[in-house]
Amino acid sequence: MKIGMPKDGRFGDFGGKYIPETLVPAVEELEENYQKIKNDKSFQNELDYYLKNYAGRPTPLYFAENLTKSVGGAKIYLKREDLLHGGAHKINNTLGQALLAKKMKKKRIIAETGAGQHGVATAMACSCLGLSSEVYMGYKDTVRQQQNVFRMDLLGCKVYPVKSGSQTLKDAINEAIRDWITNVDTTYYLLGSAVGPHPYPVMVRDFQSVIGKEIKKQMKNVPDTVIACVGGGSNAIGTFYPMIDDGVEMIGVEAAGKGLKTGMHSATLNAGKKGVLHGMMTYLLQDNDGQIKETHSISAGLDYPGVGPEHAFLKDAGNVKYKSATDNEVINAFLTLTKTEGIIPALESAHAISHAIKIAKTRSKSDSIVVTLSGRGDKDIDIVKQYLRKNVKNSR
Amino acid sequence: MSKIQDKFKELKSKNEKALISYIMTGFPNENTTLSIVRGLVRGGTDIIELGFPFSDPIADGPVIQNASTVSLNKGAKIEKFFSLVKKIRKETDIPLVLMTYTNVLYARGYSAFMSKVKSVGIDGLILPDMSIEESKEYLKSAKKNNLDTIFLVSPNTNNDRLKKIARASTGFLYMVAVFGTTGVQTKIHKYTIDAIKNAKKIVGKKISIGIGFGVSTPDDVKKYVSLGVDAVIVGSANLKIIENTPPSKLQRKITEYTKKLKRSTRI
Repeated sequence: MKIGMPKDGRFGDFGGKYIPETLVPAVEELEENYQKIKNDKSFQNELDYYLKNYAGRPTPLYFAENLTKSVGGAKIYLKREDLLHGGAHKINNTLGQALLAKKMKKKRIIAETGAGQHGVATAMACSCLGLSSEVYMGYKDTVRQQQNVFRMDLLGCKVYPVKSGSQTLKDAINEAIRDWITNVDTTYYLLGSAVGPHPYPVMVRDFQSVIGKEIKKQMKNVPDTVIACVGGGSNAIGTFYPMIDDGVEMIGVEAAGKGLKTGMHSATLNAGKKGVLHGMMTYLLQDNDGQIKETHSISAGLDYPGVGPEHAFLKDAGNVKYKSATDNEVINAFLTLTKTEGIIPALESAHAISHAIKIAKTRSKSDSIVVTLSGRGDKDIDIVKQYLRKNVKNSR
Repeated sequence: MSKIQDKFKELKSKNEKALISYIMTGFPNENTTLSIVRGLVRGGTDIIELGFPFSDPIADGPVIQNASTVSLNKGAKIEKFFSLVKKIRKETDIPLVLMTYTNVLYARGYSAFMSKVKSVGIDGLILPDMSIEESKEYLKSAKKNNLDTIFLVSPNTNNDRLKKIARASTGFLYMVAVFGTTGVQTKIHKYTIDAIKNAKKIVGKKISIGIGFGVSTPDDVKKYVSLGVDAVIVGSANLKIIENTPPSKLQRKITEYTKKLKRSTRI
């Protein structure tokens, strides 16, 4: 199999369409329409227009000179997706899918969100294109990301707090799928990560691939190493995919939470087993009976027990290395980047920064590392404040 | 022929349709499940669908979601489910169908899981998230172990798919009555009536058709029977009774309710 070209909706063993029958016509309709717009010049021109004038593309590739000096080793570059409208890479995908939904004449858009970034990006794209949006969000996440809930409110998007299960991203996806089953005729489900049944993982990857394409153009050649954080894995696959045949070292960084040995983490590719969830075969954090485990991460956006099926495939194929960073390492990386560069990263992106700092030390000064800075950290400052307060207390 | 197919044949000769009763095992607790099963058998149900909980039941509405959560929180384990089925089998010969989600089977391996459930006395399987596209290995293992594979079809399933799904199904074909998740519904939609008529025409001669999702009252049962379905499946309504009845009265209440439903399946 050629990498990235799914056969029957599968990447090797991974992916597929494990869905209730009611959704089959909807998924088939989506696939058919996606194939149409994929190579349609006028659709791509329209999308490019919004990406440039509404979202703010292309984003800069910034040489983080101060960080590079303080670490002492390979040159570290930041792909500044944090500068996009809404503050994260999510808008690349929501504009693409909302435009597609509009072409499909769907008026009602639903979405799930973890940290709230995808929910906000959905609400923005829908406002911009004259569509109505409703977003499911785990109750626990609505509490820890109140600011994003309010942003969605202001944008005219209805937010449903989900109180089932672990009350995080996984449960928000369950509830969005149930809504979709119930309103299948009128509703477009705008999934935010490279997960779910085919064709979502492929479609989201393609819309996010603008990240990797720009990096290649801006570096004038490929970098030695690219690093991105992985929850569902949309910013990572968008970074890696355009460089997949270029001999670049690619590293995905998962959330190790309180440590891989504690069981309180979200490091699916590092500690999971193959299984079926949310319409796809992939690696999952699960017990021996196949029950999905509750996960933990300081960043709501990575707090998910599954991972995109293409990452599962790339892991097994050995094309990408998947590492992890603990909450503590992430806070340190967050503080380091903020102090050295004056850039406050999202906690999700700080996972990638943390690993970049770790390996840059060991590399030669002529090496280059590009880190995808998937989002900005304004939404996380309360969490960081609380974490620091608690840790100061504990050390007394 | 399987126990489920035998049952449909037997009912046909008696001019009756099948009542299929769903319950969630381990809800409200492990010990009560056996007594609920006894209540269903005494009430005259024809087939029992035993739910095994999955942490993320995307096809289920609030009632079954809650029952799944309670069952898991009280320590539901697949090994305990196997022992429960063994106990049920000591008391009754009634056809037993397991309803759960794909990952529960996959975690143990399709083949190992199926030979185990067959050995304890399960006759068929329903997995609402198993699409025919992904079913190759699943079907192979089921066939090897003589387990019926009951697939679901929806009112929006086109005729080509309907035929394909009917070919992959044994025992009966599970028609979902509504666009939605499992749960108590108030009315029978026109699109449901059309879908039943169409399914009968397209695949009705080859396989029995059962209707489920939102079937809860003797009236519902009567209406669906008059539309020509071969079976009605009642689930969330049973769980609601279980939720709202004190343990001492539960078995009798289940028996009474099942009797009322069963009466409505006689033509």
